[in-house]
Amino acid sequence: MPRILETRRLTPVTKYFRIDAPLIAASAQPGQFVILRVREGGERIPITIADYDRDAGSITIVVQEVGATTKRVCALEAGEEILDVAGPLGSKVEVPPGGHVCGVGGGFGAAALLCLMRELTVRGDRTTAILGARNRDLLILVDEVRPLCRNVELCTDDGSAGFKGFVTQRLAQMIRGEGPGRPDHVIAIGPMAMMRAVAETTREAKINTLVSMDPLMVDGTGMCGGCRVTVGGRAQFACVDGPCFDAHQVDFEEAMRRNKQYAREERQAADRLACAAAGE
Amino acid sequence: MPVKRTEKTRMPAREARVRARDFQEVNRGYTTFHAAFEAERCLRCQEPICVDGCPVKIPIPDFIHAVAIGDMAGAAKILRTSNPLPAICGRVCPQEIQCESECSMVKRCESVAIGHLERFVADWERTRPLAVMAATTRKEKIAVIGAGPSGLVCAGELARLGYPVTIYEALHAPGGVLRYGIPEFRLPKAVLDWEIGVLKATGVEIVCNVIIGKTLALDELLDKHGYAAVFIGTGAGLPQFLGIPGENLNGVMSANEFLTRINLMRAYEFPEADTPVRVSKRVAVIGAGNTAMDAVRTALRMGADEASIVYRRSEKEMGARVEEYHHALEEGVKFHWLTNPLEVVGNAEGWVTGLRCQRMKLGEPDASGRARPIPIVGSELLLPVDNVILAIGTTPNPLLTRTTAGLLTNKKGCLVADEQTGQTPKARVFAGGDAVTGAATVILAAGAGKRAAQAIHDALAPRR
Repeated sequence: MPRILETRRLTPVTKYFRIDAPLIAASAQPGQFVILRVREGGERIPITIADYDRDAGSITIVVQEVGATTKRVCALEAGEEILDVAGPLGSKVEVPPGGHVCGVGGGFGAAALLCLMRELTVRGDRTTAILGARNRDLLILVDEVRPLCRNVELCTDDGSAGFKGFVTQRLAQMIRGEGPGRPDHVIAIGPMAMMRAVAETTREAKINTLVSMDPLMVDGTGMCGGCRVTVGGRAQFACVDGPCFDAHQVDFEEAMRRNKQYAREERQAADRLACAAAGE
Repeated sequence: MPVKRTEKTRMPAREARVRARDFQEVNRGYTTFHAAFEAERCLRCQEPICVDGCPVKIPIPDFIHAVAIGDMAGAAKILRTSNPLPAICGRVCPQEIQCESECSMVKRCESVAIGHLERFVADWERTRPLAVMAATTRKEKIAVIGAGPSGLVCAGELARLGYPVTIYEALHAPGGVLRYGIPEFRLPKAVLDWEIGVLKATGVEIVCNVIIGKTLALDELLDKHGYAAVFIGTGAGLPQFLGIPGENLNGVMSANEFLTRINLMRAYEFPEADTPVRVSKRVAVIGAGNTAMDAVRTALRMGADEASIVYRRSEKEMGARVEEYHHALEEGVKFHWLTNPLEVVGNAEGWVTGLRCQRMKLGEPDASGRARPIPIVGSELLLPVDNVILAIGTTPNPLLTRTTAGLLTNKKGCLVADEQTGQTPKARVFAGGDAVTGAATVILAAGAGKRAAQAIHDALAPRR
């Protein structure tokens, strides 16, 4: 079983994990994900690979506590093992080389920018990361992202760090030529509503935009079809065809509705876990 | 001279009303008395053509004779040398179109119940201490991709021939479709676990959570990890969708998703197990193959008030095993024959409320040899349902072929491999089962795995 090498609380609800997984570290590419399971009878959940160190044989993930399973993951500490880690799954992000690439990380989506920004910067692209959160305490991995790209733009809703406003507002300013200037490619990773807003921001400017979809998944290998996303009118499996898709083609409304299919059960499981914790 | 009896000894089954609400196995299995009684019906033909009907060529009259004279250990040995998964095949093979259809008795009366006897012997064997049968005598390592029927059988055969074998499985548990697809009430997990335990006892190593083509490249297995040959048994796991409007409404899912949530992830134990599944009052399953029967009967067991099959052809063209169909009927499944879905209808919140269909009639046979369904104009109807489960077939998963140079696929996405040996155009790489044929049966996959094991052995240890 893969051992956890290092953990760090990034915010009260997000946690950073470095995991010993040499085979995954050797083959991982930006945009890919792993499937985790933390206990017998547990769910298989997809988590984006934030970074990998091929020499050390480790991968990095950032997990946000949203339900029972992610809470269980976040209870794990360095030295403990994770029952199942399978990957890397999904396809790598493909961006044509040589342009100005803007990675937009909303909330814990910033984590996925680590390996992506590094790869793009190393190959010679001009890179900008926009990291956004409600306030400065919820911004994550700023110091880690900073050395990996040319420019870093911080945005907070309350103005406690960087630009006061949404990532999309800063992105719109950049498209008009402010700051690091208009990007040729945008990759947005974060909550569905934010990714949809980014898609709307770049649509009119006709900027090639990718979003990393995070639908419900069971196996993560193409077997269940539960993760299907409508892209350009066609059903695509996020686990094999994605998870990154052309933002301007994605049916976000459908994707958001489908993600709520098990909301009732998710609440039930979270409540149950909270009760169990309180009973201890 | 045995008394001539025209009918099979009936398989004892649990009462339909009771079993349709739980996941325990439907068939109880023969008693020793049933088995001996049925075994006596075998005519022990000079040229047993039943064996020709068996994809793994079990010497059927021999094992049945052993049962008839009470030599269960002998019967078990005969079975196991030709079929590494007898307890599974005895339960899930479509015997009526294989061995039993060739039985000499069929011309005059019912065939010998070969499948029931196979199950009986395998179940007897399960009550005995495990006899380890193989020792590693060869140095060439073999890798098998996928721990489903073809991979398990191929690995078992190679281990029997003395090879060190490692199976790489993408999911967290081995078994492939035997674990995620076939429900507990038809194939108990304890039976599957026992068969896998036998394989492990013969030296087969199973590594889960490794996706060949992603975690490791196939070429890495050959070049870097020192495997002498690779067998691909990745199955046909990619679910097909109809492409009709409303297919992405909440409450519509593939049978693969529905069955995986329940069989692999144990959604029936939610919230003790963490994966949920939403089964509503009225469930429609589209399709009429074994997967459709598994899904519709599972829906009943998950508490559906009404579970029905919607199929565009008639009862005669249905792909399911006869036994599954009969069991489904007994359990109260409804059948809408000659009914073609046109659209899934939903409410304002995006949940399924119905399935709009059209009545069909049958025309001339099409490319598949089955009568082509033709729409009847003005025959539209709306079935009020809250869940739609699609069981209209699966295709091979492109994950491995997309990432491996030198493999070829046909236009259906199936791997190109020699029918007899499983050899692919890529040197030292063999393939078999659903990955090559498209979705078929457990036993055809087992047969392909077995032949490929022999071909790998022939290539590595040429017979002089």
